[in-house]
Amino acid sequence: MRNQREPDDDGGTRPPDGAPDTETEGGNMRILVLVKEVPDTWGERRIDPASGRVDRQSSSPVLDEIGERALEVALAIKDSDKSTEVVLVSMGPASATKSIRKGLAMGASSAIHLVDDALVGADLLFTAEALAALIGREAFDLVLAGNESTDGRGGIVPAMIAEHLGMPHLTFMDSLRIEAGQVSGMRNGDHGPAEVSAHLPAVASITERLPDPRFPNFKGLMTAKKKPYTTVSLAEIGVGGMREAASTVISSKERPARSAGVKVVDSGNAGRELADFLAQNRLI
Amino acid sequence: MSHILVLVDLSPAGEVRGDAAALLAVAAQLGTPVAVAAIHPGAGEGAAALLGGLGAQHVYLAETEQAHTLLSLPQVEALDGAVRHFGPEAVLVSHTHNGQDVAGRLAVRLGTALNVDAVALARDESGLVATHSVFGGSTLVEATVRGARSIITVRPGTLDAPAPPSAAAEAIVVPLRLDGVPAAQLGTVEAVIETSNRPELRTASKVVSGGRGLGSKENFALVEQLADTLGAAVGASRAAVDSGYALQTRQVGQTGVTVSPDLYLALGISGAIQHRAGMQTAKVIVAIDKDEDAPIFEIADYGIVGDVFTVVPQLIDAIGARQNS
Repeated sequence: MRNQREPDDDGGTRPPDGAPDTETEGGNMRILVLVKEVPDTWGERRIDPASGRVDRQSSSPVLDEIGERALEVALAIKDSDKSTEVVLVSMGPASATKSIRKGLAMGASSAIHLVDDALVGADLLFTAEALAALIGREAFDLVLAGNESTDGRGGIVPAMIAEHLGMPHLTFMDSLRIEAGQVSGMRNGDHGPAEVSAHLPAVASITERLPDPRFPNFKGLMTAKKKPYTTVSLAEIGVGGMREAASTVISSKERPARSAGVKVVDSGNAGRELADFLAQNRLI
Repeated sequence: MSHILVLVDLSPAGEVRGDAAALLAVAAQLGTPVAVAAIHPGAGEGAAALLGGLGAQHVYLAETEQAHTLLSLPQVEALDGAVRHFGPEAVLVSHTHNGQDVAGRLAVRLGTALNVDAVALARDESGLVATHSVFGGSTLVEATVRGARSIITVRPGTLDAPAPPSAAAEAIVVPLRLDGVPAAQLGTVEAVIETSNRPELRTASKVVSGGRGLGSKENFALVEQLADTLGAAVGASRAAVDSGYALQTRQVGQTGVTVSPDLYLALGISGAIQHRAGMQTAKVIVAIDKDEDAPIFEIADYGIVGDVFTVVPQLIDAIGARQNS
């Protein structure tokens, strides 16, 4: 059974339990895709010494590639069933709009952007709470995300959102399919690939083993500006103010950049010399 | 002494998997170590003895038929019960895919502070201090853990505490009811065929990895041969996995496993940033590749521009000669 929109002020109501679900409706899937603007990994990344947070000014921002890949998975589902609606969900500064619009240009139908000063420096708990509050107000069958962003690298938010929503999570998925009201696929598990499955609605995260994201085409770029783009604040989704972060950064030191050591060109003896090097360093 | 809970990953056959021994060792330094696991009914006695042997003072075992057929929720429920029983200062979970999901759901459920991917844990006058290595190892961040209780995920293979003495662990066995929990069904894990007794990749002190430069699955045997000579685990780059040279469970890098061994030997790996993110905290990095401009040489302590198929056999012979002399 699909997650239904909460009753709202304009008189919308939640259908009674037992209302037709996606299985019997056939099609009309609504997929929410979490995307995020991150510092480009090709640039230098650093921690701002004053705040102890990722310095998001010191490198040019881009839409996280793994989120684009999650969007690709959703768009591929839409390609095979045109009635599918793909909605971008993002949390970040107002300036992230440009990155999020790239997802609309790729083919998403609309975007919801959570912007609030109280979210600056939000930790995992607050981030998951805010995103889950936003998602819980939407009708959806599936929430899709990348397995982990290239900046925070926690890889933990999708499971946290699932807990908030009281839904199953299927994380680190190397493949994903949806049929008969179920989502399933191969999960990159700790002890080898494992088949997992759950009834919709559910929260899934995908790995970079899924196909590369498509590039926006000219038509996509032209229509992106006309697509619905909603900006919401924490108050509008019913989440109150600041939270104390889970931890306080007490020191941050950049490791001396790993510099190249010895580099030799093999002239017939490099294997024996390497054995000497390993022995000198007590590695054999 | 405050209690420190450790989530232990027990296989269906009752073996301890992953980093549980290292986590129990560091828990013993921080407080009273308590091992927590979800197990099949009847597996309790063996588990308690095993975990006591690793230094656990208490063992909390949640019994359910679904311990290995539901994703994450059996472990979340087991820890939930153990937290209520012991009121611990911290819950330590391995930062693996399974561990991340368990820790995330538990933190939301208990409203408890969550610190992820720690590479070191210590105690100072202000409380627990977790060290994090970020941006692919280029920056180390120390953070005091706030709040009366926290859940901390720990990067496998990074903790280095002396093994605590074995204890006659006090076992608590409780039945776990999982009817109607929102969990994905976990099917059979594809049998990963292990052909040798090599150390586990995540926690090995030496790792030999191969990349696209090996050229074929048959040639990849050279990586395994060198690994066995060194007593090392076998890793692979994404390119080698995608080409079918190695199993996906061997993949080192942003998508795969992150390793921090004493020695990392990269054979025929160019060193894309996604690969480097998974290995550049190794103490010593050795790289062998034909391409003198390969980025891996920028971070290698010892780089050899040459053909892996001549250098590696010579290296294997030279190590063999040393071991025999």
